[in-house]
Amino acid sequence: MIRSDAPVLLEIRDLRASVEEQPILKGVSLTIRAGEIHAVMGRNGSGKSTLSKVLAGHPAYRVIGGSVLYRGEDLLALEPEQRARIGLFLGFQYPVEIPGVSNLEFLRVATNARRQQQGHDELDTFAFEDLVHERLKVVQMDPAFLERSVNEGFSGGEKKRNEILQMALLEPLVAILDETDSGLDIDALRIVAGGVNHLASADNATLLITHYQRLLDVITPDYVHVMAAGRILRTGGKELALELEESGYDWVDAEIERLEATLAPGIALEVG
Amino acid sequence: MPAAPMTSAATVGDLVSQPYRYGFVTDIETEKIAKGLSEDVVRLISSKKEEPAFLLDFRLRAYRQWLQMEEPDWAAIGHPPIDYQNIIYYAAPKQQAKKASLDEVDPKLLETFEKLGIPLSEQKRLSNVAVDAVFDSVSIATTYKEKLAEHGVIFCSISEAVKDHAELIERYLGTVVPSNDNYFAALNSAVFSDGSFVFIPKGVACPMDLSTYFRINSGDTGQFERTLIVAEAGASVSYLEGCTAPMFDTNQLHAAVVELVTLEDASIKYSTVQNWYAGDENGVGGIYNFVTKRGQCRGDRSHISWTQVETGSAITWKYPSCVLQGADSIGEFYSVALTNNRQQADTGTKMIHVGPRTRSTIVSKGISAGHSSNSYRGLVQIGPKAVGARNYSQCDSMLIGDQAAANTYPYIRSQQPDARIEHEASTCRMSADQLFYLQSRGIGFEEAVSMMVSGFCRDVFNQLPMEFAAEADKLLALKLEGSVG
Repeated sequence: MIRSDAPVLLEIRDLRASVEEQPILKGVSLTIRAGEIHAVMGRNGSGKSTLSKVLAGHPAYRVIGGSVLYRGEDLLALEPEQRARIGLFLGFQYPVEIPGVSNLEFLRVATNARRQQQGHDELDTFAFEDLVHERLKVVQMDPAFLERSVNEGFSGGEKKRNEILQMALLEPLVAILDETDSGLDIDALRIVAGGVNHLASADNATLLITHYQRLLDVITPDYVHVMAAGRILRTGGKELALELEESGYDWVDAEIERLEATLAPGIALEVG
Repeated sequence: MPAAPMTSAATVGDLVSQPYRYGFVTDIETEKIAKGLSEDVVRLISSKKEEPAFLLDFRLRAYRQWLQMEEPDWAAIGHPPIDYQNIIYYAAPKQQAKKASLDEVDPKLLETFEKLGIPLSEQKRLSNVAVDAVFDSVSIATTYKEKLAEHGVIFCSISEAVKDHAELIERYLGTVVPSNDNYFAALNSAVFSDGSFVFIPKGVACPMDLSTYFRINSGDTGQFERTLIVAEAGASVSYLEGCTAPMFDTNQLHAAVVELVTLEDASIKYSTVQNWYAGDENGVGGIYNFVTKRGQCRGDRSHISWTQVETGSAITWKYPSCVLQGADSIGEFYSVALTNNRQQADTGTKMIHVGPRTRSTIVSKGISAGHSSNSYRGLVQIGPKAVGARNYSQCDSMLIGDQAAANTYPYIRSQQPDARIEHEASTCRMSADQLFYLQSRGIGFEEAVSMMVSGFCRDVFNQLPMEFAAEADKLLALKLEGSVG
């Protein structure tokens, strides 16, 4: 839902970042307002996953230029846990397994960290159980998963549901979902997408990072951005995704060649 | 702009290098004998403690055996040679002679234990645990002695027991760990200073947990404590042991012997939280911890359980063991060993199955950080008469950073074809991605490390008595993070 007077939640300006001295993001700019759903599409290696990791504060990525404001605050100055507490959420493409740490306990500690930031009381074990059972319905998840270790032995689909369950508990203002559709069969995709749609409101925003149109068939974006070689090449409405589906990414290569030619000699853009 | 990127390993490294909280020295006048070891020194120790002849003979025999023995070199540890003539074998705070009441104990000593979190005075002492406090070579005070005596339970320092219960000491001392068992046991048998004695008479379930707290204070003194716990038929007790030492840039030798005996249907649960000074980040200073702990399930259906949380010492060489003699007896070993910086630990257990249908369980969790080395070494031996014996062993290692080492040396010897022995081992690394995952959900870095470590150790912590489990959790957190404490 686009409302030009909605508050800006995330303002990314000319963001540049590298991993192991290798520049990956080469000037990304993007403004996200409350109520909006954005989709960033692009091929493997275009930098779209890096964008999500940099926003969440992964220590392996180094910001070398640009800025990110989260509701006017310098996001990049914050530790990853602080970013989460103020309402930024990253749904992982490959959620890791953490043996020995109970999923329920993990969810409770995370939820309370967020609540504390918002000035709410901590939820005790009982209050939290009530909340988690209510939120389980969003992703139609079996309560048995609460008793297991975090993601340990979960199938791909179960891991993704657990991600959306976390999102449902943390109630983020900006949710970045990195390839949430990958590895999901059509039923699981529908459940996960249903959860995302259910959680989207006029007050929050969603940034979907995806390869494929199929996620956008079930979650309708307000904006579609095409990313390549570490920058956003084109921005359009939901029809841009359909166009990509039809014509593929070939035009992207031409665009990059054109861009490269306009750059000072000696600076090359890698197409990943 | 964000701060320069940190690899998680480096950050965890910063966390694990927390200062040692118990490194203070108590300034107290101490009576020490001259450095060095000889037959005269053994006699001197025995006479200072006014011991009966049988004990002097025991010490002298051990000393002569020790002279014939050589320091073992099979463990995965390394250290410069120990100069046994450069150690003081007896040190005691002056004022000597055990006091009838706590009011007469030097307030400095009471203060020391209070600082260590072990208040001894009537008003402040722990309400559900009786404590024997050992300072260098002597026991300072034992709480709740009278109350325990009402149940027939004897809980006192071993020096007192030698005087007041000589017949029990003579009957049991050295029967589980013979004086020539190994080099360090022989040394201990010759020069042991103090430690605790526990006797639970037939049919009595000890009404409270018993605990001994060992404190090394002197810089050049060795500590050689000796503990003996006997549970008669149908008796049971839960015993806890804690230890700390000041920070010195020299190494102190700690060579203890602990013997446990259970008769028919008796059970002893022995828990240790070891937090001796571990040396600095370059491996200077710290305690050399060479300990022999063994329990003997003499009676049928008796039960001995060792739980240890080893976090301190420059070197740990320790294999709490069970000799399962009685039919259907049970031995258990639950261990968490954390090493950091240059610490070296070679620890594990021996389960010796002698009687039929004996069962043993081994759960070992090793956590290695920094440049440390952490080895599990365990023996499961099934004798020819141990029909239907069973063992289950699980050895897990967690590596933090990429400089630490973890080794597992399981030895299995079975002379009984129908014995069932299962062994599982795993190694994992605490990864930057796991930590980031927890952080990205609002959980602080330190809490994330702590959650993962606690999760890894849960099977062992579940075995600790309640107060100790909390303490162990805190201790690991302290070793692994900055904010706690």
